[in-house]
Amino acid sequence: MSTKKTTTQPLLDVQNLKTYFYTDDGVLTAVDGVDFQVAPRQVFGLVGESGCGKSVTSLSLMRLVDTPGKIVDGQVLLQGENLLDKTPAEMTKVRGSQISMIFQQPKSSLNPVFTIGDQIVEVFKIHETISEKDARQQAVELLRRVGIPDPERKAQAYPHELSGGQAQRVMIAMALALKPRLLIADEPTTALDATIQAQILDLMQDLRDTTDTAVILITHDLGVIAELADRVAVMYAGKIVEEGDTTALFDKPLHPYTQGLMGSIPVLGDTKERLEVIPGNVPSLINLQPGCRFASRCGARVEHNLEICTQVEPDLIEFDAGHKVRCWLYQEHAGHTPPLKAFADKKDRK
Amino acid sequence: MAVQSPPVASVEQVQDYRNNSLLFLTFRRLFRQRNAQVGMLILGFLVLVAIFAPALAPYDPDQSLIGVESIDKRAGPCIHLLGCPADQPEHYMGVDGNVRDQYSRIIYGTRVSLFIGFSTIGLAVIFGTIIGAVSGYAGGWVDNIIMRIMDVILAFPSFLLAIAIITVLGRGLQNALYAIAIVNVPVFARLVRSSVMSLKELDFVTASRSLGASPLRILFIRILPNAIPTLIVQATLSIGGAILEAAALSFLGLGAQPPLAEWGTMLGTERNQVFTSPHLVFFPGIAIMVTVLAFNLLGDGFRDAMDPRLAQLAKS
Amino acid sequence: MSAKSQTSPGRSPLIEVRNLKKYYPVRGGLLRRKVADVKAVDDVSFAIYPGETLGLVGESGCGKTTVSKTMLRLEEATAGHIFFEGEDVLAADAAGMKNLRRNMQIVFQDPYSSLDPRLPVGESIAEALVVHGIGDPQERFERVLAVLRKVGLEDYHATRYPHQFSGGQRQRIGIARALILDPKFIVLDEPVSALDVSIQAQVLNLLSDLQQELGLTYLFVAHNLAVVEHISHRVAVMYLGRVAEIAPRKALFKKPLHPYTQALMSAVPKKHPAEKKERILLTGDVPSPLNPPTGCRFHPRCPVARMGHCDVEEPQLRQLEPEHWVACHYAEDFI
Repeated sequence: MSTKKTTTQPLLDVQNLKTYFYTDDGVLTAVDGVDFQVAPRQVFGLVGESGCGKSVTSLSLMRLVDTPGKIVDGQVLLQGENLLDKTPAEMTKVRGSQISMIFQQPKSSLNPVFTIGDQIVEVFKIHETISEKDARQQAVELLRRVGIPDPERKAQAYPHELSGGQAQRVMIAMALALKPRLLIADEPTTALDATIQAQILDLMQDLRDTTDTAVILITHDLGVIAELADRVAVMYAGKIVEEGDTTALFDKPLHPYTQGLMGSIPVLGDTKERLEVIPGNVPSLINLQPGCRFASRCGARVEHNLEICTQVEPDLIEFDAGHKVRCWLYQEHAGHTPPLKAFADKKDRK
Repeated sequence: MAVQSPPVASVEQVQDYRNNSLLFLTFRRLFRQRNAQVGMLILGFLVLVAIFAPALAPYDPDQSLIGVESIDKRAGPCIHLLGCPADQPEHYMGVDGNVRDQYSRIIYGTRVSLFIGFSTIGLAVIFGTIIGAVSGYAGGWVDNIIMRIMDVILAFPSFLLAIAIITVLGRGLQNALYAIAIVNVPVFARLVRSSVMSLKELDFVTASRSLGASPLRILFIRILPNAIPTLIVQATLSIGGAILEAAALSFLGLGAQPPLAEWGTMLGTERNQVFTSPHLVFFPGIAIMVTVLAFNLLGDGFRDAMDPRLAQLAKS
Repeated sequence: MSAKSQTSPGRSPLIEVRNLKKYYPVRGGLLRRKVADVKAVDDVSFAIYPGETLGLVGESGCGKTTVSKTMLRLEEATAGHIFFEGEDVLAADAAGMKNLRRNMQIVFQDPYSSLDPRLPVGESIAEALVVHGIGDPQERFERVLAVLRKVGLEDYHATRYPHQFSGGQRQRIGIARALILDPKFIVLDEPVSALDVSIQAQVLNLLSDLQQELGLTYLFVAHNLAVVEHISHRVAVMYLGRVAEIAPRKALFKKPLHPYTQALMSAVPKKHPAEKKERILLTGDVPSPLNPPTGCRFHPRCPVARMGHCDVEEPQLRQLEPEHWVACHYAEDFI
């Protein structure tokens, strides 16, 4: 699919989503005011380290957050309809048919006592009136589609007879069975070996180009984003800190966190003596300090001697066309002139 | 190695760190839990009653009042505050068939029941832990033989087994205690075995091995202490069960023998008076129920306090 | 293959693994008799020289972790020899082994299970000193503080409990524990794969610094090729219990000679969306080590395998270029 932006209404519009966990130690602001839009047929990447809230965001979209977690604010508009207003019964219908999901551990997501054919047929039967024979035929077709060799026979197999890669293919088949509008893929290749990950990435690229389903791709691996995503949002400590088209973001990461992330990854064929390091650790999401959540680890803040960073939280502003960033290096405020605007402009002209 | 000599803290200076340990945090969670709070409250009350029984009981629990007071046997409760005529002797829970003050007997019964609960389960925990630890750590045929024996014990209905053991040992409270302890050993043996088996695969145990630590050190210093939390949960829940079993054995006349004030025995000897003198069955029954409930609430509280799920959530 | 020929002249290895085998018996039937073997490690040989890092890469089930565990006798090998400064580790008795362990340590993958949750980390680190009867409590404590500073932590951390640390900090503690006996050799078993990328970089830099400062020798076991390339001096690639290729880092990553290494490298996701990447997609999954393919174990998935040869004759490691060993019949085609 081309990465051209469409001006039509977004398929999914998430506004000010807040999901908090009420723990014994205090309120954990796992997702704290997240906004993003996913266009039809787009692959939208959500990248960040553990604890940044990317997985909780996806569970919130599906309304699958368990206690002590709670969605406390925001809207999740799927084609204009707010999913957070739906009754549990209506939501059950949405899951699977309009939004579906695949997980990191495909084997534990399949029911061990049924054949994989039965499990796909089950998906059809729950949501559609369809004859057993047609459903079974479609199931085999789907398995063929996701690259399972000899699908007629494999439909009779039980999950334990599949390898990890095959199980993930089956999960993808089940997720796509009802041609959902949106597929949420939560670390779909993280648990797989390198050569199998390559196979699954190849399959997902193929599906991206041949189906109408939009994808939210959740991962910690910038390489997977580079392979698949059209647009990407970087999350840190419960907030989106940068969002842009994938190429633009990789060309010119704006946020110091994104820059640090890219510098800290060893790249094949590009050995350097030392890796760049983001000092410190992710802050606890309970009892957050005021100001930017990245401030305590931010080298740019020290370099430019910015005081505002530890006092006021910056907004997510559009810096370039379609390229948003949440950082005082780029944003004006009463008594604060962003130091990097000119610098970034210069880089633009180059 | 770079030589650095900044001021070094001494071992003694840092002894106050224990209040961040997992055990401490578990107890802090435990104290915040409603179930556990209620359980602890009741249990604390029972322990106080047991300790101060001589002060609380107005009469000697084993002393018949025939000839001392003019009162019928199995007379109902008489409480002056609630309108019982002041010329009658006061008995909060009435008197039993041998004209003994029921209230005093219930109070002294607390001692017996708590002793039964802690001693039986204490024995079972000690032997179960040793058996389970050996079985789980050794593995192979040792494990196989030990666990098959435990399976055989578990296959008997525990109460029947206890009766069978008493038949061999003879009736009496002490033998009933042994019987209940034996019946509970396999429960703890299995629990400890499975904890040991999963803990010995963890990296910190492997790390100990790679440092050159001996198997005994690993078992007793690395593995078993980490099995204690699950053991506490099961032990607390089992104490309630043991008290019930002891009461049931005594009810059948196999456990505590008269005149010992034991709730089960009290129930058993007066069971035919359920309709004529319900207070003689009601109060011992309530006492057993409250005690068992306290242990069960506390056990559930422990389980919740040790549930790692909340800690997990904070990580994701 | 003569393992000895793999050592290069002029240098004497710190550790040499010769024809190492580790089979796990599969039992079946009523009498639980052995019916087959899972050949987790099947005739593996390599040498590690003082001060260098040997990277050991491969996918899950290739035997790389088993190799590292048998080297420290955390698993007992089925056959073979492991020489540490000339002494055969596998033949050492209990006392000899305890002595050897002072020089050979391990850092684990999972920072959450590698520390005793019940103990302040200072005590976990000090355990080695206690076990080996080194120093009195005050001396031990001072050594713990010294090693904590060395891994970038602070004195007060010694009295904290594992649950009070983040994953990266716990991994530093695991490294501190491995360092306290001043070992010469450390096995790093996937030390950064459970960590977030920003933390991973911190730990990788720390490992490099420690190696330079203390002259340590590492065996770095990992599945992530980029990480291995970053930290290793030489790299061994394993597939299904055997070494497929072993070479100095630059040679291996510049010109991989085994088709499996090539596929592994092409499977790494691209680093920029605009990058064009030719991908060698392997078909199928890694076969079970219970019943490995005949001949070359890679032949069913190999894009260049020739039937009649590769499926019959098992290739041996051959030196095709200086210090570059490959187990492939047709490796010359890639030179």
